[in-house]
Amino acid sequence: MDTFPRLLLDHATRRPHAPALREKAYGVWQTLTWAQLAALVRDLALGLSAAGLRRGEHIVIVGENRPRLYASMLAAQALGAVPVPLYQDAVSAEFVFPLNNAEIAFAVVEDQEQVDKMLELREHCPQLKRIWFDDPRGLRHYDEPGLASLDELLAQGRAHAAERGGFFDAEVAAGAPGDVAALFFTSGTTGNPKGVIHTHATLIDRARAGQRFDQLTEREEVLAYLPPAWIGQNIFSFSQWLVCGYVVNCPESASTVSIDLKEVGPTYYFAPPRVFEGLLTTVMIRMEDASALKRWLFERCMSLARLVGPKRMDGEAIGLLDRLAYALGDVLIYGPLRNTLGFSRVRVAYTAGEAIGPDLFSFYRAIGINLKQLYGSTETAVFVCLQPDHEARADTVGVPIDGVEIKLSESGELLVRSPGLLKGYYKNEAATREALTDDGWYHTGDAGFLTPGGHLKIIDRAKDVGRLMGGAFDGAMFAPKYVENKLKFFPHIKEAVCFGDKREKVCAFINIDFEAVGNWAERRNLPYAGYTDLAQRAEVYQLMLECVEKVNADLAQDELLAGSQISRFLVLHKELDADDGELTRTRKVRRGAIAEKYGVLIDALYGGKVSQYIETQVKFEDGRTSMVAADLRIIEARTFPAVKGAAA
Amino acid sequence: MSSKKIGDVILEVKNISLSFGGVKALTDISFDVREHEVRAIIGPNGAGKSSMLNCINGVYQPQQGSVTLRGKTYRGMSPRQVAEMGVARTFQNLALFKGMSVLDNIMTGRNLRMKRGLFWQALHLGPARREETEQREAVERIIDFLEIQAYRKVPVGRLPYGLQKRVDLGRALAMEPSLLLLDEPMAGMNVEEKQDMCRFILDVNDEFGTTIVLIEHDMGVVMDISDRVVVLDYGKKIGDGAPDEVRRNEDVIKAYLGAGH
Repeated sequence: MDTFPRLLLDHATRRPHAPALREKAYGVWQTLTWAQLAALVRDLALGLSAAGLRRGEHIVIVGENRPRLYASMLAAQALGAVPVPLYQDAVSAEFVFPLNNAEIAFAVVEDQEQVDKMLELREHCPQLKRIWFDDPRGLRHYDEPGLASLDELLAQGRAHAAERGGFFDAEVAAGAPGDVAALFFTSGTTGNPKGVIHTHATLIDRARAGQRFDQLTEREEVLAYLPPAWIGQNIFSFSQWLVCGYVVNCPESASTVSIDLKEVGPTYYFAPPRVFEGLLTTVMIRMEDASALKRWLFERCMSLARLVGPKRMDGEAIGLLDRLAYALGDVLIYGPLRNTLGFSRVRVAYTAGEAIGPDLFSFYRAIGINLKQLYGSTETAVFVCLQPDHEARADTVGVPIDGVEIKLSESGELLVRSPGLLKGYYKNEAATREALTDDGWYHTGDAGFLTPGGHLKIIDRAKDVGRLMGGAFDGAMFAPKYVENKLKFFPHIKEAVCFGDKREKVCAFINIDFEAVGNWAERRNLPYAGYTDLAQRAEVYQLMLECVEKVNADLAQDELLAGSQISRFLVLHKELDADDGELTRTRKVRRGAIAEKYGVLIDALYGGKVSQYIETQVKFEDGRTSMVAADLRIIEARTFPAVKGAAA
Repeated sequence: MSSKKIGDVILEVKNISLSFGGVKALTDISFDVREHEVRAIIGPNGAGKSSMLNCINGVYQPQQGSVTLRGKTYRGMSPRQVAEMGVARTFQNLALFKGMSVLDNIMTGRNLRMKRGLFWQALHLGPARREETEQREAVERIIDFLEIQAYRKVPVGRLPYGLQKRVDLGRALAMEPSLLLLDEPMAGMNVEEKQDMCRFILDVNDEFGTTIVLIEHDMGVVMDISDRVVVLDYGKKIGDGAPDEVRRNEDVIKAYLGAGH
């Protein structure tokens, strides 16, 4: 069982009537058994073969999580061809590079929206001969060469089934574990995307390692709702699905995911931090509207949960009274809450991709959801480090699992070696050589270290990590994003930018969260005339100072990062904005641009001034501009001596 | 992209006059509607558009003139009898049960399609149960068509106005009408909602072959989606023809923009 099509056929033989995929269609969950799925894959493969798809060729798959798109991936793999999933929300122009880079002539897409994109790029990709669509809605009057429905492809496949009976099995038998299984394009921050090559062996190896780590069985239920082009989705809903043989459920539409989540009740769940944050926000908003009694009960139960819940999840001993109180809370609040969120049956839940706030993380663990973190990337087929059940922390990403070796390079970059590493970037020798050295180490580009407990802690992108020069912490490591994230976990702070590389101390710009701080000010009857005025209030500076000093105290606990404590800071008079070139479109801080634009403020921070006048041009969405001017106050924050040997 | 074929005249309105006491709502209106077309009735406020629609589906009985549907001229027919002939309509001010779910509201549109009587339905046995499953399937297809799966179980009153309009359309579609009357389907909507609604109207017309008569305020929208347009002003017909012809019509320009322009 060493290729995906063979895994499929194995399930279809051993447990033909067990459910493989479910999809909600017309309000009812429809089940596809392993036997039905195998038959569907066979017909699709025969159809694709008749259409000219050959071993080693690429075929693009674009759409939401739909059973027939999953089947198309398997059908391509059965023929020895390589599926290339692309992001369904990308614009047409973004498809041009991957299609040409991987010489793609065939496409299976979800619906009219994707068909339109494919037709639009045809003039730039003349080799794209055939396009098949899953959902015919709106496509009845399309009359384009090479465009047909998946139903037609299936009919062609079935027509060939009789005469080419042994063909499908022979093709599956001809596949080898070392064959390329899929190509995943990663969106580089600079230049063209790179096609990451994974074989059946690399993906299956990591899927199995994850299966062993969390004891996943064929009884798991998974909801497939993230983009199939993302490797995480592929691992959770395709690779591990075929390895474990559990059920993957496809939501009715993107807008029904939260309803479907509740109906399915997954046992194995993945979501990036922003999804967990969104769910928590909806709960909190609805709690605000609840009656006073319910709110009181909720608060009582949650303060108990925060105290007892994490210990319980960590497997620590809990006193009898607390145990009883928690059990009562579970009946009254935690259980119903888990049910409302759709997490009643969750056995293992993961989050990854960005830093998760400690409060957010412990909220879910407090109400009894086994939420953990993992570390990995497209190049490593996801699973590098995972948190064991009783050792989940908000600031680490777990221990290296089966088959993984990690080490740090001299510059502090994390290197990974595992059987799940990519085979290279497609037709990009230079990038491959840079990322994958001859001795088999993959360079992650992340800076991190291992805690004494053996857990990996990621602090920043390696290229952003600097060193302090002179001053009390001469030569200490400076990890700007790590510090900024710690600041941003406070609800009153929207954005932060830290400086310190090649300087004697760390200084910071802070952006208030206008809504949160505005509310806070109103509750205190603090009048303000607008963003700039509010940001410069002495009371707001005091609030920010408390946050900064908490971060400093926290950083001091960590020998390595104690030098990154913030000495001086100011609160910016305007919100950092992508329209002004200060953030990227995905809301990442553009350090260089900000340092240039606000050079005078940085000079003031390091020059020991107590205030600085600045005028800044702001651009509105409609292209108009205006000036914002303010006298910004600069204040000092307390820093703490490093606590030796306490890094945990 | 569309390749629909406009067929013969299926609805003919001849010399309709309607008055309430001394107030003349409609004076001597005649026009026809062809199979598969999108026919718009436009006009300023109070021009008599809704009254015209009410005459077609039997809510009002005009004092003079006749309405002929598929060769059958009717006078004094009740709205239900007209509905049984395959005519459905939506309402300007919505006619939905606010406390009921989207699903149940659309199900009410299936009323005419239910064969089992109240007695069977109350017992919820055998045939009635099977029938309910069939009806539910039909409703689910409409929910899918209108892309409102996420609101299936939500009480209509909790939905934003644009979505309520969509549910109202769904309720009308549940009758599987051959002629659909839409009373200001785009009123009070934002640009995006209007675009969505236009797409649904065109899809209904195209995929189900439903003939559509719609009243609309927004000239831009009407001109884009209609095959032919009737223009009313103070209860009188002042224009009739393809959107381009109507747009050039002096009387229409005057009625809409005032005599000064």
